[in-house]
Amino acid sequence: MTDVLKARIADVFNEPGCDKNQAKDAKERKKGCSKPLTPGAAAGGCAFDGAKIALQPLTDVVHLVHGPLACEGNGWDNRHASSSGPTLYRTGFTTDMTEMDIVMGSGEKRLYRAIKEAITRHNPPAVFVYATCVPAMIGDDIEAVCRHASEKLGTPCIPINAPGFVGSKNLGNKLAGEALIDHVIGTIEPDVITPTDVNILGEYNLSGELWQVKPLLDHLGIRVHACVTGDARYREVASCHRVAVNMMVCSTALINVARKMQERYGIPYFEGSFYGIGDTSDSLRLMARMLVERGAHASLIERTESLIAAEESRAWARIEPYKAALKGKRVLLYTGGVKSWSIVAALQEIGMEIVSTSVRKSTEEDKDRIRALMGGDAHMVDSIPPREMYAQLRRGDADIMLSGGRTQFVALKALTPWLDINQERHNAFAGYDGMVELVAELHKAVTNPVWQELRRPAPWEATDREAERAALLETAC
Amino acid sequence: MAEVVHSRKSLATNPLKASTPLGAALAYLGVAGSVPLLHGSQGCTSFALVLTVRHTKEAIPLQTTAIDEVATIMGGAENLEEALLNLTKRMKPRFIGVATTALVETRGEDIKGDLKLILERRSELKDVKIVLAKTPDFEGALEDGWSRAVTAIVDDLVEPAGTAVSLYQQVNILPGVHQTAADIEWIVEAVESFGLLPVVLPDVSGSLDGTVPENYIPTTFGGTSVDAIARMGRAVHSIAVGEHMREPAERLTMKTGVPHTVLPSLTGLGPSDDFVALLTKISGRPAPPRLRRQRSQLLDAMLDGHFHFGSKRIAIGADPDLLTTLAGFFSSMGADIVSAVASTDNSPLLASVPTARVVVGDLQDLEDSAAARQADLLVTHSHGRQASERLGIPLLRVGFPIFDRLGTLHRCTVGYRGTRNLIFEVANIVLAGLHAHRPEDFTHAKPIIEETHHAGATPASC
Repeated sequence: MTDVLKARIADVFNEPGCDKNQAKDAKERKKGCSKPLTPGAAAGGCAFDGAKIALQPLTDVVHLVHGPLACEGNGWDNRHASSSGPTLYRTGFTTDMTEMDIVMGSGEKRLYRAIKEAITRHNPPAVFVYATCVPAMIGDDIEAVCRHASEKLGTPCIPINAPGFVGSKNLGNKLAGEALIDHVIGTIEPDVITPTDVNILGEYNLSGELWQVKPLLDHLGIRVHACVTGDARYREVASCHRVAVNMMVCSTALINVARKMQERYGIPYFEGSFYGIGDTSDSLRLMARMLVERGAHASLIERTESLIAAEESRAWARIEPYKAALKGKRVLLYTGGVKSWSIVAALQEIGMEIVSTSVRKSTEEDKDRIRALMGGDAHMVDSIPPREMYAQLRRGDADIMLSGGRTQFVALKALTPWLDINQERHNAFAGYDGMVELVAELHKAVTNPVWQELRRPAPWEATDREAERAALLETAC
Repeated sequence: MAEVVHSRKSLATNPLKASTPLGAALAYLGVAGSVPLLHGSQGCTSFALVLTVRHTKEAIPLQTTAIDEVATIMGGAENLEEALLNLTKRMKPRFIGVATTALVETRGEDIKGDLKLILERRSELKDVKIVLAKTPDFEGALEDGWSRAVTAIVDDLVEPAGTAVSLYQQVNILPGVHQTAADIEWIVEAVESFGLLPVVLPDVSGSLDGTVPENYIPTTFGGTSVDAIARMGRAVHSIAVGEHMREPAERLTMKTGVPHTVLPSLTGLGPSDDFVALLTKISGRPAPPRLRRQRSQLLDAMLDGHFHFGSKRIAIGADPDLLTTLAGFFSSMGADIVSAVASTDNSPLLASVPTARVVVGDLQDLEDSAAARQADLLVTHSHGRQASERLGIPLLRVGFPIFDRLGTLHRCTVGYRGTRNLIFEVANIVLAGLHAHRPEDFTHAKPIIEETHHAGATPASC
């Protein structure tokens, strides 16, 4: 690993904006925040995966993966980050390194030629070049290739130095953020600046969630200059350093970007969430207040309050018809991605009972909020081994499980309704509209008669039992 | 006869290939009580896992040795050992299939040697069968990984000649990576209908066919049992499907003396006949009535279906054996293969594909060629969906991965019955695209002689 990359990882680990990091002593902090992986018991993606997740939603650039086939070949076009225009981001580009490139050390040359071919054919505003394990190991210097290519070819080539072996997905998110800070943000001056410009950091517009929230901001006259990186264009991200306020959505992912933008450009940031009715309102309130502090017209606060009042009551009214069927139903909430507590609050509001909720990736602050909501630690679990989870569901401890794709089949094979609330999901759950959607989906899952059908005994079960009994009687005699 | 050419690009755009270790993992999933283990960074496993889950809609027990920065520099033997111990303890598998990745192969470690030392040292692992296939991503694709994994299983688990007593009914079946659970079910039924006893390796029809078990099972359930594999030397014959299964079939013959036949394809009337003829020869029995009936149904499907195949322009992108199989099928029904793109050149049969040129390349090559040659139908895996949309022509999903359709593992395209199904599927795609004729459809009906005078003009004779 190059010294540059080492230093960058150390820098990312020492994030002063991170609560978790601040709670550690100097020695603990030095160890960094990547947990050691357990061979044979590890789950989740690598740093490259994380970097790709954070940047791939940028719609109009070429995302070029430098490495052997698997890194891009097994994973391209696999998420539902939506675009309102360009589709170039859904094209899979890779150098597909061969043994020859590795033995002969011709990886850098191949990468340069690949960049050139991509630019010639697609003429993108930028090329994002991702390092992977093998080229990093044999010493391909993607930063040098990108520098050279940017000069020679006149298109910005952005090195994303996050090879898989350096750590987890989360670290990859942050390294992607570093690349944006170092090479993209601030390289173009915006054409328009208004006192109500904001960026939304860490929102990837999965299944179009940005579009559930943007109309609210539009209504308030708040202009989203750039969403980093959901439905983003390169130019928007490159010129996003003049906004009044940054909102950070997926807190652990791009906190380094938020903090460094504050340091360099004096842009204050806040952490908010658009999951849950209360959280959406809180986020809008805070955004409005901060914008007013930064010079927006004071009436924004009042307008925001009236929007919140109207939208909250509309959301609850839309949820009302589902309430009766969902009241008292027990939920097993197993997620790390979405803020557990914002969903907990919403589910409780409609009278559902939370059997347990996982707090694997939650901060202490998150846990406090869950404790407050649910009255104690009783229902907080760190992780449930799949065997135990299957047993719980099979016993009927919960009426539905909300989780990600990884545990989908544990629930389904235990004949339990399941709803995807992780990033691969097809439904959009953001903002007021998204909560209504979530409740509608819950309702659809729980009330489906298929669950009764599935539990029907097979026609041979009764006769099999009789035969068994007869056999038992015979042996007893 | 086709000329096989390599696309001369440094940039692969929209990869057609799936990776070699993933192919190996899929093969290992066809063994009962199995956990495939990819020796690489955790991302290698994560991407492969997600893709396989999306294809099969099943929980997939795929594990990783989680090579990190330190192991990348110091070597991965410790990680391999720790992984084997951990997953043996946690998941209690009967079989672990290790597949290497580009990451560990680039270091050039002696992984076979590492594994040998670990197995000698660790008594905890003595009840688990552990095999290793060398499958760096930078060499080959899905078919190669699958083939190497089966070869590794044959090498390490089949008992050698001499120890086994021949069982005159046993026939070994070595299906290719492109065979679904339903394909294998048909093959098994056909073999059994001759009074023969099939042992299938690997058998995804038991492990990936969507059973809802009564208990939680962390490994694969179903699939070829380790004991059945050990006894493959008892068979009277082995049948391998696809050129990529030649290597494991030859290895099996070398080890046990059981003769083998490699059938390049099982799709289409001719290939199905070859298979049935072979079974007739092995069993010494006539073909059973059920197969005769199925053959007759296929003939009828060919009669009904050929209208919709004739002169249709087909663009196929697939792994070599699947490409060869499909091209043969379409061509036998009267369609023209106008574009053929293979993921690798690792099959001598590519030269026999009934088209002018087979390009070894990616989906961009397929899309460009399909556009230039005005293809009517795109035939490739689910990633062809973007090209299909841009070209405005339908997509027949084949191979791996198929993540945007259900029932992939239950789609049978082999034998008389599977070929019949495939004819209907393609014909229905064509029928769905038909529309009522409009005047503008008949551009060639317009006379080629320029109009010189108009109606109402005064005739010259007046």
